Amino acid sequence: MRKTMAGLFAGVGLMWACGTSAQAQELTIFWAEWDPANYLQELANEYEAETGVKVTVETTPWADFQTKAFTEFNAKGSAYDMVVGDSQWIGAASEAGHYVDLTDFFTKHNLTQVMAPATVKYYAEYPANSKKYWSVPAEGDAVGWSYRKDWFEDPKEMEAFKAKYGYDLAPPKTWAEMRDIAEFFHRPDQKRYGIAIYTDNSYDGLVMGVENAIFSFGGELGDYQSYKVDGIINSEKNVKALELYRELYGFTPPGWAKSFFVENNQAITENLAAMSMNYFAFFPALVNEASNPNAKVTGFFANPAGPNGEQFAALGGQGISVISYSKNQEEAMKFLEWFIKDETQKRWAELGGYTASAKVLESPEFQNATPYNKAFYETMFKVKDFWATPEYAELLIQMNQRIYPFVTAGQGTAKEVLDSLAADWNATFKKYGRNK
Amino acid sequence: MATAVMTSLDTKSSAASRGMSDIRIRNLFIIPTILFLIVFNIFPLIYSLGYSFTDFRASSNAPANFVGLQNYRELLNDPFIWSNFAITAKYVIVSVTGQVIVGFGTAMLLNRDIPLKGLLTTLLLLPMMLSMAVVGLFWKLLYDPSFGIINYALGLGSFEWLSNPDMALYAVAITDIWMWSPFVMLLSLAGLSAVPKHLYEAAAIDRAGPFYTFFRITLPLVAPILMIAIIFRTMEAFKTFDLAYILTSQPTTEVISIRLYKMAFQEWQTGRSCALAYIVLVMVLAITNIYVKYLNKVKER
Repeated sequence: MRKTMAGLFAGVGLMWACGTSAQAQELTIFWAEWDPANYLQELANEYEAETGVKVTVETTPWADFQTKAFTEFNAKGSAYDMVVGDSQWIGAASEAGHYVDLTDFFTKHNLTQVMAPATVKYYAEYPANSKKYWSVPAEGDAVGWSYRKDWFEDPKEMEAFKAKYGYDLAPPKTWAEMRDIAEFFHRPDQKRYGIAIYTDNSYDGLVMGVENAIFSFGGELGDYQSYKVDGIINSEKNVKALELYRELYGFTPPGWAKSFFVENNQAITENLAAMSMNYFAFFPALVNEASNPNAKVTGFFANPAGPNGEQFAALGGQGISVISYSKNQEEAMKFLEWFIKDETQKRWAELGGYTASAKVLESPEFQNATPYNKAFYETMFKVKDFWATPEYAELLIQMNQRIYPFVTAGQGTAKEVLDSLAADWNATFKKYGRNK
Repeated sequence: MATAVMTSLDTKSSAASRGMSDIRIRNLFIIPTILFLIVFNIFPLIYSLGYSFTDFRASSNAPANFVGLQNYRELLNDPFIWSNFAITAKYVIVSVTGQVIVGFGTAMLLNRDIPLKGLLTTLLLLPMMLSMAVVGLFWKLLYDPSFGIINYALGLGSFEWLSNPDMALYAVAITDIWMWSPFVMLLSLAGLSAVPKHLYEAAAIDRAGPFYTFFRITLPLVAPILMIAIIFRTMEAFKTFDLAYILTSQPTTEVISIRLYKMAFQEWQTGRSCALAYIVLVMVLAITNIYVKYLNKVKER
């Protein structure tokens, strides 16, 4: 009997040990459903081949990403070990203790030098200039533009454009030129339209779109240190930028009031628009002939400059963070150590991911790999981002509520809209005791 | 006496004679059901009422602080919230009125001897059997200004239904009417078929016109069941979320449920959203109460 009991305990002990070990051999990364997540899964498969640790990249549609991630965080759930979270989440996730502090990891691996400065600033550090880091820059991204080269290079179109506007038809260098080109190609009777811009107000689509104009016009959303917004978000520069964005909306295809990355790629693939705004991460689909019949005649350019020559773009992309409630934190840190290696970053870029590694980004090999990598490289050094404070979601919804009726329906004036937004944001910051 | 025996917990009841005593039935089915309801319905209801008086945010690890009626005060003074309620009220009126007219009208047409009546009724019921998400995506395509069949059929060119802030709410309401008129039709058909034939025969003998017959016989007798349909549809329309969320993202279609969702799960203002949920609950109860009182009056007539 004693032998039987001992054997039973030994068996249970062995099962327990195996179970624990099996658990440590698996990691789950949570991300949104898009091509870079598939590339990360491919990269993770190589990690498994190397180490035996299985890494699963679990995805959810973009519209649910934030809600699903924070529901899991709030429940202190251990379903995910890492998350490739949006840049604006850092404040909320770090202050609530959902993310593991990666400051020591950053120092140990000198990541402030290894990664491109903008990616460290926006994907990893919170609060601003605090030298506290919560994510490893994973997917660098920003907003850029694609255009129909065949439309632009058609001699008849070039001649007509020059006759009308007095300068050569070419990818726009300024927002004013972009407006002219959008107007020129806007021909509803031919079912051809001037431009495709972000308008979806469910999450950050419209806000990112408008940010592209605001930042390039030399405007800002506010002072990220003092939380002052009055006189900044409703500045004259921002008013002009918002007015131009509204004007561009008039040159979009019909029914363009809820458009984001999917529709904006369709604008090029379905011969709808001459130019289209989108994140660089969605451009691989545009150079692929299987997904874009116009792949050979699709060109790319960086976000144009504003009236004073300033040229910035809205930041996309994400950093990868270890979740505090993960039971496999040690294993997750090992994965991150592997992920930041030069050769891994190079491989990540080869697979289609947008590396944030400064060394890889600067290499001619990377810049010449695709028709848009050079524009991406240039853009990543002039990006700006939305508020990353814990109240970012309220700020985002308030901005959507104010600017959407103006952009898509011309309700009110840009000045009225931005003045109201300044009042909303002031009240929100006051409510949370930020702008004392 | 027989009823008393059936409802008692006597082990010699008829249930017992079939092999299961009343006590056993209570222990196996009734008590677990009540416990389930308490744990999953009543407890969260009371718990969220408690949260509605706090500044709790589920996204932060900070404890909930008691703020009294502050959430309720702020919400009731928020012009955006009132605008959401106004949108919801407009939606409920348009949608429910449309469903009653279309549903009752269809029921009137079907309440006569027509060929393939059964098949026709079944086909007309199909929309309400579909998932809301499917209906939303399906109608999004129908409304598309470039290739949607609605503009093509009506010769509206590239008229924008969902992008037009003045039209979007009506577009959502039309979809809801299409989906739920069959429900009103079904209940109305039941009511119409229950109207005694001899009343119509008597009216015919008295040479009563169709107008008189409808308003003096049909409508009063169908009214109670129609009121039940209206109560159900009003409650559902007041809580509408999916259709409006899938079809458009216009501020003019942001019904109160969408605002509540955003407040609770995008902004993570948990305490505040609990307060809003209670305001909505009270409103739905008040409206339902008015309807039920009216229904009782209709029944008494």
